[in-house]
Amino acid sequence: MKKFFQIAYIALILLFIYAPIFTLVLYSFVDSPIVSIQEVFSIGFSFELYIKLFNDAALMKIVWDTLILAVVAAVLATILGTVGAIGIFYSKGKFGKGVSAASRIPVINAEIVTAVALVLLFALVFPESRSYFSLVIGHLVITTPFVVLSVIPKLKQMDANLYEAALDLGASPFGALMKVVVPEILPGILSGFMLAVTLSLDDYIISAYTKPAGFDTISTYVYGAMAKSNANSSLPALRALSAIIFVVIILVVIGKNIYARRRTER
Amino acid sequence: MKNEKVISQKDFRPEVNMKKRSLRFSRSSLCLPYGLFLALFVVLPLVLIVFYSFTDQNGSISFDNFIRFFSSATTLTTVIISILLALATTVICIILAYPVAYILARSNLNKGGTLLMLFIMPMWINFVLRAMAMKDLLTLIGVFGFNNYVNVVIGMVYDYLPFMVLPIYTVLIKMDKSYMEASMDLGASPLRTFTKVTFPLSMPGIASGITMVFMPTMTCYVISDTFGNGLITIVGKLIDEQFTTFQNWNLGSAMAMVLLVIMLVSMWVTGGFKSEDARGTNL
Repeated sequence: MKKFFQIAYIALILLFIYAPIFTLVLYSFVDSPIVSIQEVFSIGFSFELYIKLFNDAALMKIVWDTLILAVVAAVLATILGTVGAIGIFYSKGKFGKGVSAASRIPVINAEIVTAVALVLLFALVFPESRSYFSLVIGHLVITTPFVVLSVIPKLKQMDANLYEAALDLGASPFGALMKVVVPEILPGILSGFMLAVTLSLDDYIISAYTKPAGFDTISTYVYGAMAKSNANSSLPALRALSAIIFVVIILVVIGKNIYARRRTER
Repeated sequence: MKNEKVISQKDFRPEVNMKKRSLRFSRSSLCLPYGLFLALFVVLPLVLIVFYSFTDQNGSISFDNFIRFFSSATTLTTVIISILLALATTVICIILAYPVAYILARSNLNKGGTLLMLFIMPMWINFVLRAMAMKDLLTLIGVFGFNNYVNVVIGMVYDYLPFMVLPIYTVLIKMDKSYMEASMDLGASPLRTFTKVTFPLSMPGIASGITMVFMPTMTCYVISDTFGNGLITIVGKLIDEQFTTFQNWNLGSAMAMVLLVIMLVSMWVTGGFKSEDARGTNL
């Protein structure tokens, strides 16, 4: 009986989480401007919205721009954050502590505050217009601290003698870092990179405030479309796009889960 | 400072000195690029916020922005509405998330972590798209638009629920089971064991979840804009309007300052949050 209630409760919450996602995927096959039950019967299922999506050059450009931005920001954040995490971990002085404290600010700060603070800075530096550079900086500010947060626990788990042993065996400090420390903390670096990618893809506020005019990410475009259309429904082609994104994320997560389980079974 | 002294005492052993110095130099100086980045793009912008909030639009020192903020009935109403919406969202998230986290942590339903994955997967999907999906579903079943406040709370709970499940789950799964066993052995009922032992011990997880849900719901105006039919303004939107519509950066900065202070107070009250809970960094 207890078990029944537990399963029922879990199922109910999962329904709350996944019903909207399934609805959107279902209606991505219905070429109608609004989402309603009658439309399914009168219009029927088709791949029309997907065809429209792939033929919409502007929308496809936004998708690529968003992905490229996420990868650029995540690569830079991973390098900056990994180097920073190693520095913070090995420095015992006040400077390291200060860097560590400053690194926590973007994590706990409200995103709108981070965004407007950057606007004030960029207004001083580039008085005329914002650029791709300011957008990348904005994304680095919100992603790099999370890379640091993923790398530092791995540094703590590492055997402290490994680095010293490499030095004693004749490695240069840089060689020891690259050949001993980095491989040890690689899982943390990779999860930091993945986190940076998802944070960048997820972001709306920072992008809206730091992006150059005429540039859109998926978030800023969808928000704009939702704000403009007073109808209670999304732009139809966006349903196809969201459906693809949902399915890709779900497959990636399931794949990662299966991979992790196989590794632990071995 | 200390390091320099150590090195100078060993000056008569040049080889050791060289090696030690280069070693220390190479590792802690790795802080420099990131430190410089943070100073330029995190600390300096916040200094600018403080500067702008205490000056008027001509650049002279003034407290007008704060006086205007705290004496305007509209802004104060907005602050109160934001706090109430954030409170409602946070409380509903705790009520919904706690049993989920408890069942996942204690029963054998979550074998291999698959169920937990299902609960936190939404964290990795773009939140604007998820909001759009929820809005479509509410429209489809015909409950969208009955009450704008209810819409906004549903939208916010939908977006932030995973951020409450994860930290509570983490605390429960790490909890030492012998406390519960001891309580049961000493004759406490399961309910009493829960209220007197398990629940108090899981407070750090709840506090962690609160910091990750409360502040964003007060400031992230995407949900209130799209679910409130443009009729609900929250604090984040007030700041947004000052920077985009009204172009009064000084007043906007003062509002951002108020948010910074609220954030610091809430950090102090809840004792901060464990950074590793944020978005399942360690999953």
